[in-house]
Amino acid sequence: MRTRFDEQLEQLHVELITMGALCEEAITLALKSLFDRDRSLVPVVLEKDGEIDRKERDIEALCMRLLLQQQPVARDLRTISSALKMISDMERIGDQAADIVELTDQMHDKQLEMSSSLHIRSMSEEAVKMVIQSVDSFVKADLELAHSVIAYDDVVDNLFSKIRGEIIEQIATDGTNGEVYIDLLMIAKYLERVADHATNIAEWVEYSITGIHGEMDGE
Amino acid sequence: MEAINKESTLQRLKSYRKHPLSAILFLLVVISAVITLTVLIALIAYILIKGIPNLSPELFEWEYTTENVSMMPAIINTLIITALSLLFALPVGICSAIYLVEYAKRGNKLVSIVRITTETLSGIPSIVYGLFGYLFFNIFLGWSYTILGGALTLAIMILPLIMRTTEEALIAVPDLYREGSFGLGAGKLRTVFRIVLPSAVPGILAGVILAVGRIVGETAALLYPAGTATTVADGLMSSGRTLAVHMYALLNEGLYMDQAYATAVVLLVVVIGINALSGLIAKKVGVKD
Amino acid sequence: MSMNKFEISNLDLFYGDFKALKNINLNITEGDITAFIGPSGCGKSTLLKSLNRMNDLVEGCRITGKVLLDGEDIYGSMDLNHLRKRVGMVFQKPNPFPMSIYDNVAYGPRTHGIRSKVKLDEIVEKALRDAAIWDEVKDRLKKNALGMSGGQQQRLCIARALAVQPEVLLMDEPTSALDPISTSRIEELAVELKKEYTIIMVTHNMQQAARISDKTAFFLLGEVVEYGDTEQIFSMPKDKRTEDYITGRFG
Repeated sequence: MRTRFDEQLEQLHVELITMGALCEEAITLALKSLFDRDRSLVPVVLEKDGEIDRKERDIEALCMRLLLQQQPVARDLRTISSALKMISDMERIGDQAADIVELTDQMHDKQLEMSSSLHIRSMSEEAVKMVIQSVDSFVKADLELAHSVIAYDDVVDNLFSKIRGEIIEQIATDGTNGEVYIDLLMIAKYLERVADHATNIAEWVEYSITGIHGEMDGE
Repeated sequence: MEAINKESTLQRLKSYRKHPLSAILFLLVVISAVITLTVLIALIAYILIKGIPNLSPELFEWEYTTENVSMMPAIINTLIITALSLLFALPVGICSAIYLVEYAKRGNKLVSIVRITTETLSGIPSIVYGLFGYLFFNIFLGWSYTILGGALTLAIMILPLIMRTTEEALIAVPDLYREGSFGLGAGKLRTVFRIVLPSAVPGILAGVILAVGRIVGETAALLYPAGTATTVADGLMSSGRTLAVHMYALLNEGLYMDQAYATAVVLLVVVIGINALSGLIAKKVGVKD
Repeated sequence: MSMNKFEISNLDLFYGDFKALKNINLNITEGDITAFIGPSGCGKSTLLKSLNRMNDLVEGCRITGKVLLDGEDIYGSMDLNHLRKRVGMVFQKPNPFPMSIYDNVAYGPRTHGIRSKVKLDEIVEKALRDAAIWDEVKDRLKKNALGMSGGQQQRLCIARALAVQPEVLLMDEPTSALDPISTSRIEELAVELKKEYTIIMVTHNMQQAARISDKTAFFLLGEVVEYGDTEQIFSMPKDKRTEDYITGRFG
């Protein structure tokens, strides 16, 4: 029964996993370039972002084809519509990774070092963890993991306000490096956005499994 | 331009060479069709050639005499007997068919008895009907030769035919019509008489045509009950001969062969006329766009 | 507050020894389109036909339980022909009678004793207008209905059903024999008609049920497996069997 459709759904699943993995790599490499002051990673991350964009278009086309050909209902409809939503979140994560490396590229080693004084490193670890876990929750259709990702968003949000406070403090004491601190604030904001997208992904995972979309709160 | 979807003679010959069995079968089919057509045409042509020269106005005179064996009385008697037989057979035949198809429950004992009876009746040679008519009407009831007895005998003879064709026609009416009518809150009676029966009219008429054909062509069943009087029947209880009987009598006497052929022509025309008329009625009554 | 038009309780239906419907309990809301879906032979058409007692025509069919129409037992003292006047039916295959378009529509009202020509003209026009076919046929009312296209015939059948001013319209796969354009016409018509009528529709077309119905009942092997809001049934059915059926993974 509907073997071909099931095959196509399986293909969609695999493509999504691939795209999720690309996002994980992109954001991880972007942060590695930031903390290891490794400029050679910049083109790699930009390349990954391009790949993610292409993947998004592929998956989008696949979803459209499935909607058109199979007129899915119930679980199938939820799978496909959440896939459509998830890929835009994944694509955004790719964009944030690219934005981060672009900023890193402009900074000097010295300035980069300043990032270590802030909570940016721990925030980045948490954000990456959320991305990985959200993709994982999709791969394994793990509702609990998805829930924990959604709950974890608050942790990253708190870290962001903490970093914001730190930066305000730094600018007050060290006025000369104001520009760098603003860049760092931007990076923190990007990470906060990455965490939001990870949360969204987890929410779509939840929807595709249960059919219920948790109220968007927090933002 | 030549149509490309037509098989050319050459192509057909080629394919027949490959399949000789098809060629043989094709030949057989064609030959059968030719034989049937030839026999029919020959028959009609023979009758016409032999009959038409003998048709004369005198043959249609009102009085039958030994000098002039006029067939006019026979033509009129034929019409009377046909009308009478249908008058008796149609209501009974149609109503019993309605009962069988619309009212009787499936597996009803009575239904199977009625079916077997009608089937048996339709297989009986017409001379037996004639004998029965004679024994019943002429001997038992003590009538003399009467066209009423003849018509009743014929009515009994065509009853199975009318019933069967009506039954078939009713069965052929799609159940969708019945459901549609019931679904609108119509009862059984209204459904049968307003929806089912009108839809079955063409089928019933086909049966009537067959029946009329049998009546017009019948001799054996009429000889005894109706007799062979050569005058126009002046009442239901008087004797009269139909065209077919008239022809039989002429042949029997062996003196009027030419007139017999002329009668055959008229009989032929009457039968064709009746067929055409029925077709016309069927068109009028039946479905029109 | 929506009212129950039909209340079906503990309904069992047998064809001879075969139990075709098992303990059906279903309330049909007034003014809704309710869709009955399910695989062939699951009993959905049978239940539909039980609602205007068309099953009475089937030999060996035995029904137990209760069916209430506006609280009145349709298998009780209610006159059969009156029931069928209140609960009209449109069949799977368009089945106009072999008579004129006018006579087709007027057949029902005439059956129920309306003889006045003026009144009949009025009813016929309204029914044909309500069935969205008036403009197509107004110039050929005297023409035979069998000369119409399949889609027109089906709308004529709807008009014919409407002409007796029913309260409920039962539709047994009304579009299964029609092309897509005629199908969407009938669907639009159904949605339009639900303002005045309660509609119950059997359909094999999932998308159709999803498109136009308010409530959906899923039947399987003579039972109602799931009954609820159409949107819920088609987005997150509660029962695994419903999910398997509507996503095409049944069996």
